[in-house]
Amino acid sequence: MSLAMLFEAWRAMGANRLRTFLTMLGMVIGVGAVIVMSAVGAGTQAKVKDSIASMGSNLLIVLAGSMTSGGVRLGSGGVQTLTVSDATAIEELDTISAAAPTTSGSAQLIYQSSNWYTQVTGTTSSYFEVRDWELESGYPFMDSDVRGATRVVVLGKTIAQNLFGDEDPVGKTIRIKNSPYLVVGVLAKKGQSLDGRDQDDTAIVPITTAQTKLFGTQFKGVVRFIMVEALSDSVMDKAEKEMGELLRQRHKLRESAEDDFTIRNLTALANTAEETTKAMSLMLAAIASISLLVGGIGIMNIMLVSVTERTREIGIRIAIGAKQRHILVQFLLEALMISIIGCLIGVCVGVGGAFLIQKFFAISIAVTQSSILISFAVATGVGVFFGFYPARKAANLEPIDALRYQ
Amino acid sequence: MEEVIKIRNLSKNYHTDAGEVNVLKGVDITIEKGEFVAIMGPSGSGKSTFMNILGCLDKVTSGNYFLGGKDTNALSRDDLAELRNHMIGFVFQGFNLIPRQNLIDNVALPLVYAGMKAHERKIRAKEILKSVGLEAFGTYLPNQISGGQQQRVAIARALVNRPKLILADEPTGNLDTKTSEEIMQLFCDLNVKEGITIVLVTHEPDIAAFAKRLVNFVDGKIQHDGPTALHVKENA
Repeated sequence: MSLAMLFEAWRAMGANRLRTFLTMLGMVIGVGAVIVMSAVGAGTQAKVKDSIASMGSNLLIVLAGSMTSGGVRLGSGGVQTLTVSDATAIEELDTISAAAPTTSGSAQLIYQSSNWYTQVTGTTSSYFEVRDWELESGYPFMDSDVRGATRVVVLGKTIAQNLFGDEDPVGKTIRIKNSPYLVVGVLAKKGQSLDGRDQDDTAIVPITTAQTKLFGTQFKGVVRFIMVEALSDSVMDKAEKEMGELLRQRHKLRESAEDDFTIRNLTALANTAEETTKAMSLMLAAIASISLLVGGIGIMNIMLVSVTERTREIGIRIAIGAKQRHILVQFLLEALMISIIGCLIGVCVGVGGAFLIQKFFAISIAVTQSSILISFAVATGVGVFFGFYPARKAANLEPIDALRYQ
Repeated sequence: MEEVIKIRNLSKNYHTDAGEVNVLKGVDITIEKGEFVAIMGPSGSGKSTFMNILGCLDKVTSGNYFLGGKDTNALSRDDLAELRNHMIGFVFQGFNLIPRQNLIDNVALPLVYAGMKAHERKIRAKEILKSVGLEAFGTYLPNQISGGQQQRVAIARALVNRPKLILADEPTGNLDTKTSEEIMQLFCDLNVKEGITIVLVTHEPDIAAFAKRLVNFVDGKIQHDGPTALHVKENA
């Protein structure tokens, strides 16, 4: 292969510009579709991943009551519940790095003339570790605050903004249910959760404060759920099993009795969500590849026409000394050039289209390098695959038939 | 003398719907280096088929064709392409230039297949275009020049790889009398000055008269083989 042959292919393409352009259009649309589809797919995937990661990594949630069936199955002996000491026991397990008992309620938060209605979570200092939640300013409350049920609060970003505006909330006092609470810290922004809830619209107080002073409870030390962080991704299953055994033991459940708690594995949930989006982007890619296939067939079609049209030229070339491979390479190069240039334009159109979609439909996109590389690989493959038959047909022409062709 | 073409008992059959057609029926001929042979004969006499076989564009049914001492029956398709590239220059009735390429590229095309480097090809093509008097038209496309000029370009292309043999199939068939004579004069010069062997097919006696030797085909056989009238006179 030489520059002259590339130039010759270029010239042959230019000889019928409209036709070449229309043939390319198949590749342009195909590649453009692949780029856009995979950008949307990857964007969605990244978004899902982000919101799952924002929940906290290696997260297990233990819920009170037998909730799996969704019906009224509260078990004999009234409401079986989880306790703060359950959480403490869980934290002792080898496979667990932290466990945060959690209870919550809603309340009006007031600071001077501003007020805000939100969910108040009562928990321990482990909560911040379990949820991988950094503080933007100030400090989280301490174990001593939990023990002493002090009136301290850590605010989510949304609340801090709504109550304080530009002011720094740390060290200020707000009122919750007419009692003063000292703001010790502000959480970093986490954004939306998977179900679209604003995770930053929350206030966090020590669990003891929530139970004794804020909401009050019939059963002191009883919590709605415990958030648990396993040591690593690989021990998730083991942690889940150990935790289940521990809780059955602590709740003195008989062999035949059903669990009075439910353990939810958020990583499993995350994996499912990820698999779903992966399946979606795969499906999109499959649809896009069909248009690439159609583009390839278009190239084959036009190359067959071109070979027929230029039969006499092929005859001349053979007569003056072109070997079969010369003719083969010439037509293969032409097909390749159409598909690769089509691919180039397609990549531009696809990237541009993806950004337009992001701009006008507010869908997060991520143009991946791999989708561009794959597009080029596929375009080359399509060019060779669909160009080969016409090129071979040209190379196999009998010299005398080709020369005599009118 | 060196034998350029040696043909022994050559037959060529074609399969058609009507059955087997016997186009050439036992042709024997030897053409030596430096000869200028005109082949004549009525339509269907087999002269075109004979030319195709001489040009290694068609295979013989039986018999042997030695080109430059090589038995063409023993050569593969690609070997024959290489042999054509080095040994033979073709000049066709319809010029057969490649329309998208300028004259230099057209002339240089055989050198592409011979594997010559681009800048050498260009130098050689310009040189040979000059020798046919078209050096000023190098970057023109074939449809921008006259028929006579196109045929000169075709001759330049035939000459570019320094062949031993030029095969011309009715090279003046599409040209007027004056241009035809100029083209024939060019062939005579090549034959005399460069010693290139020329075989040309024509059905015009005036054109055939430029050659030294006349071969007449009738019904697939050589009916007459001898010096042309002019050369008979000259020899007398």
